[in-house]
Amino acid sequence: MTTRRQFLILAGGAAVSGAVEAQLPPNIEALRKAALAEAVRKVTGDAQVRRGKVKLDLPPLIDNGNTVPLSVDVESPMTSADHVRAIHVFTEKNPQPYVISAHLGPRAGRARISTRARIADTGTVLAIAQMSDGSFWSDSVNVVVTLSACLEDGLI
Amino acid sequence: MARVVVNLPQRARRGEIIEIRTLAGHGMETGFRRTQLGELIPRDIITRFTCSYNGVEVFRAELHPAMAANPLIAFSTVATESGTLEFRWTGDNGFSATHSASITVD
Repeated sequence: MTTRRQFLILAGGAAVSGAVEAQLPPNIEALRKAALAEAVRKVTGDAQVRRGKVKLDLPPLIDNGNTVPLSVDVESPMTSADHVRAIHVFTEKNPQPYVISAHLGPRAGRARISTRARIADTGTVLAIAQMSDGSFWSDSVNVVVTLSACLEDGLI
Repeated sequence: MARVVVNLPQRARRGEIIEIRTLAGHGMETGFRRTQLGELIPRDIITRFTCSYNGVEVFRAELHPAMAANPLIAFSTVATESGTLEFRWTGDNGFSATHSASITVD
């Protein structure tokens, strides 16, 4: 049996959690863009990132942001002289830009990984591959998310 | 011990590229969700996954809260010799899971 007092405490708590969400800074877009740029810089260390060689594959329209299948394919002979060292995946709209960093080498045989990610909102997903010669290549995909991850319960 | 599933061929020809699919049972709590009373639920995720082939590391990944629950990781490796592949997942709150699979290469 819920007393009036307990009910009021619960209702107050719900209001507080709603207020917390509303307190997101107004320039959140810019902040997240900056966080993404910073994360990319941490990986590439100011090296130039070129488009191409990388193929990021994920559905353009996502019903459920909690499990988004994605795969990254990189064109590379995967020999000990010329191979992919690492594949990094980032998202623009999540609270943190990082998704996964995979480290592979010539023994992988093929530069391809697939996984499942959480994506919070409609925006860009970015994949960057680091080659053994130190160059970086990227691909990005714009996705539309109808049910966002991170907001499923308690907040709405 | 968490439940993990690893799928790879039991036999392969020498030099063949084999695909390995791994799945670990884990809720991957992001650390950004709140309870109905507004308290933050602390982060609890798998942070690292490694695969070694006869003791030599062939694949490694760092995972972040943006990985879906029950993280699936699929990758490939060249079947070089018969032996064992060791898979290891480690994460927050001392989480650790291991799995090993043997492969025959001819």
